Amino acid sequence: MRRVFNSQTIREILRPLGQIVVFVTASGVVLSLLILLLALLLRGSAADQATIERNGMDIFTYTLVNLPQVLIDGVTIGFVYAAIALGYTMVYGVLEFINFAHSEIFAIGAFVGVEALIFLESAGMLSGASNLSAYLWLILAILLGMIAAGSVAILVEMSAYRPLRHAPRLVPLISAIGVSFFLQDAIRLIESLTTGQFHRIIPTFGNFDERFSLASIPYLGTNINLDIQVKSVWVIFAAILMLVGLNYLVNATKLGKAIRSVAQDQATASLMGINVNRIISLTFLIGGALGGAAGVLYALKFTRIDPFVGFFPGIKAFTAAVLGGIGNITGALLGGIVLGMLETFAGSYLNVFTVGAFGAEYKDILAFGILILVLIFRPSGLLGEQVGQKA
Amino acid sequence: MGGSRERISAWFAQGIGWANRGWHPYAIAIAYLALGTAMVYTSPRSLVGFLVFASSALLIYYIRLDKSAKLGLGILIALVLVPILGVRNIFYLETIFQISVFAALALGLNIVVGFAGLLDLGYVAFYAVGAYLWAIFGSQQLYLLEAIPGTANPDTPFFLPAGAFYLFIFLGVGLAALTGILLGLPVLRLRGDYLAIVTLGFGEVIRVLANNLDKPINLTNGPQGISPIQRPPLPQPLLDGLNAVLKPVVGHNISQGEFYNLFFYLAALAVILVVILVVHRLDDSNIGRAWTAIREDETAAIAMGVPLVRMKLAAFAAGASFAGAMGVLFAASRTFVSPESFSFMQSIGVLSMVILGGLGSIPGVIVGAAVVVILNLQVLQGLSLYLSELRQSDAVIPIINFAWKNLSTQLDPAKYQRMLFGLILILMMIYRPAGLIPAERRKRELRSENNVNLDDDNQASPSSHAEEAHNAG
Repeated sequence: MRRVFNSQTIREILRPLGQIVVFVTASGVVLSLLILLLALLLRGSAADQATIERNGMDIFTYTLVNLPQVLIDGVTIGFVYAAIALGYTMVYGVLEFINFAHSEIFAIGAFVGVEALIFLESAGMLSGASNLSAYLWLILAILLGMIAAGSVAILVEMSAYRPLRHAPRLVPLISAIGVSFFLQDAIRLIESLTTGQFHRIIPTFGNFDERFSLASIPYLGTNINLDIQVKSVWVIFAAILMLVGLNYLVNATKLGKAIRSVAQDQATASLMGINVNRIISLTFLIGGALGGAAGVLYALKFTRIDPFVGFFPGIKAFTAAVLGGIGNITGALLGGIVLGMLETFAGSYLNVFTVGAFGAEYKDILAFGILILVLIFRPSGLLGEQVGQKA
Repeated sequence: MGGSRERISAWFAQGIGWANRGWHPYAIAIAYLALGTAMVYTSPRSLVGFLVFASSALLIYYIRLDKSAKLGLGILIALVLVPILGVRNIFYLETIFQISVFAALALGLNIVVGFAGLLDLGYVAFYAVGAYLWAIFGSQQLYLLEAIPGTANPDTPFFLPAGAFYLFIFLGVGLAALTGILLGLPVLRLRGDYLAIVTLGFGEVIRVLANNLDKPINLTNGPQGISPIQRPPLPQPLLDGLNAVLKPVVGHNISQGEFYNLFFYLAALAVILVVILVVHRLDDSNIGRAWTAIREDETAAIAMGVPLVRMKLAAFAAGASFAGAMGVLFAASRTFVSPESFSFMQSIGVLSMVILGGLGSIPGVIVGAAVVVILNLQVLQGLSLYLSELRQSDAVIPIINFAWKNLSTQLDPAKYQRMLFGLILILMMIYRPAGLIPAERRKRELRSENNVNLDDDNQASPSSHAEEAHNAG
């Protein structure tokens, strides 16, 4: 009998966990030190005066007091980006193709999950549900979102990408942009025909909105509070589970070997008896399902969704994938965490540090700025190796 | 089955042969044009009449006429018939104005995507640069830099005289070209698909900047946009003179607003003419050939000594400059700009016009712009109107027993442009990647490709053939 937990299995489960810890700590520490240094340099400036007036503490204290919360938020959003980025990275790794419609696959997952929860609420299952059953319903919603998003991803691949597989690379990209636009309006059409509106808000249930305090450290008369929302814990936990699961699937199973071989050389893989079309469909299924789960998690975290909800997370996740090195699962993880943190730091401190001249709105630009810089100076990303260009 | 089909096609070919013989084409073209003109003139609101009129331009392009006769009829349509018919029903003038604006934009994008093969997903950014250039200098905005948005005193004087508009068209060209070069310098070394995403990002950056640059100094007035923006002055004596000539034909006194619509239509037409001239001259020049080489195979182009980055920059700047000119025109014609007009969807709209018409094909791109605008403004809005009428009636769909009254008011086809653009992009890429009217060069390539395949013994694989047919950009 084959042992289920052989050494490889354990290694492939522990390795990404270790990477997550290292990436989160490293990027958290580096960014915190940078921001604290910046705050120190700004002491005595106009920004400092404004902060003292408004918050009754100088800019350094303000930065330090808010830092833990910013870090936790950054990690949460970073994991959402990482989960979406996995979908881009999987498809890119196999087909060298930017699946532009992945952001809409994500939106479909969010909508199906939220609709399922709304249905459960109207059926009276959610109100007064115990915490445990609330968690079970959330898991059900995530699973439904994964199934829906995965199936749409396969459908899209078969109808819009497969006929163009051997065309020059811009042709399927244009088709993917078309799919993205088509799906946005398709979601909107279906939602507005069935519910009369196209914005949906996730029902409040369970104890997801509660915060529980990790620690409270007194500092110069104020407290540095370390608390985290239950839903953020769920987002982080689910995302870690997906990352570890995917890593295991790709690196330690037979299917993963097939995926890697198709990514390396389709023709040779098919000579080895691998059904290339099936593997490509499976890649879309896995990427889509992860995107769908990320969609439900996103809805849980940000509560409100609309058919165009996927655009910015999608672009940012793509940036994260490129930042980490596209085609590389660990890279997607690193890129997601770094980008999520950077963005939260910018969103929280930019306004204060520039005395209100630049608001949190600029965090959306930040992702594009990073994308452009990475592509110019290190197109292979932080973890990617230099690869030759395929014609 | 096959026999009857052949007979029909033979009959069809015979018909075309007859139509293209001797004096026949002249008679047909003039008769058809006259029919369309008469239909629109007598019933200005008929969609059929408008479509007949619009398609007469296409007929004239395709039928076998003297070059000078074609040119003459084209000038007749563009400079005489469209203004007269447009003023009779101002809605069509709006449609035609939009067609000409988008045709100019699409022709500009066509230089970048169609000729040089660089997919630019942020093309409206350059349009926005031009629009905001004139919006900031041609309005009161520069006196309001310290003001909080929405609190402006309406009596603030304008910063520049209205006549500066003409100068700013050229400044718009220059600034947009400069922006194109500045963006292009770092990113044009990227591979095609990365370049697409970066240009998308750049488009969003420009939009977010326009949205947020109301502080620290109020440069763009934020999401509310800038208004009013000046239009170039039209001298009153000229208007009176034109009115004296046109009033009997049009049937009513032409207001200043209508004259402005005509003016901007003609201005857009002028830009289109310049684009066509430039593109036509470029196509067979060194630069045009270099672009084609880059589009077909970058590595080979470098090997042949094509200065890659310089040529790409030239394409980027050329495409951007036309968008800049159209932006200035747009700001003046609407007297209002806001960040909403420059969303990602607009970029994709222009891209879908280029793809629909045919990458690299000038008549194709113009037809693509016309089709998309007509679909947008006439067909989708017509459907919306029809549905809202149905909603107010008591009609019921028989079998499923669905009352139209219960139809969601959210179902408004005019708002589903994304679906339209999306479908155009997907279907064209899969079924007709060369577009409705393929470019001449591409047609030649396809023809020679077919011959090669016929002679070739070792059965070229269908995929490699598709690859050649697809060399879209």
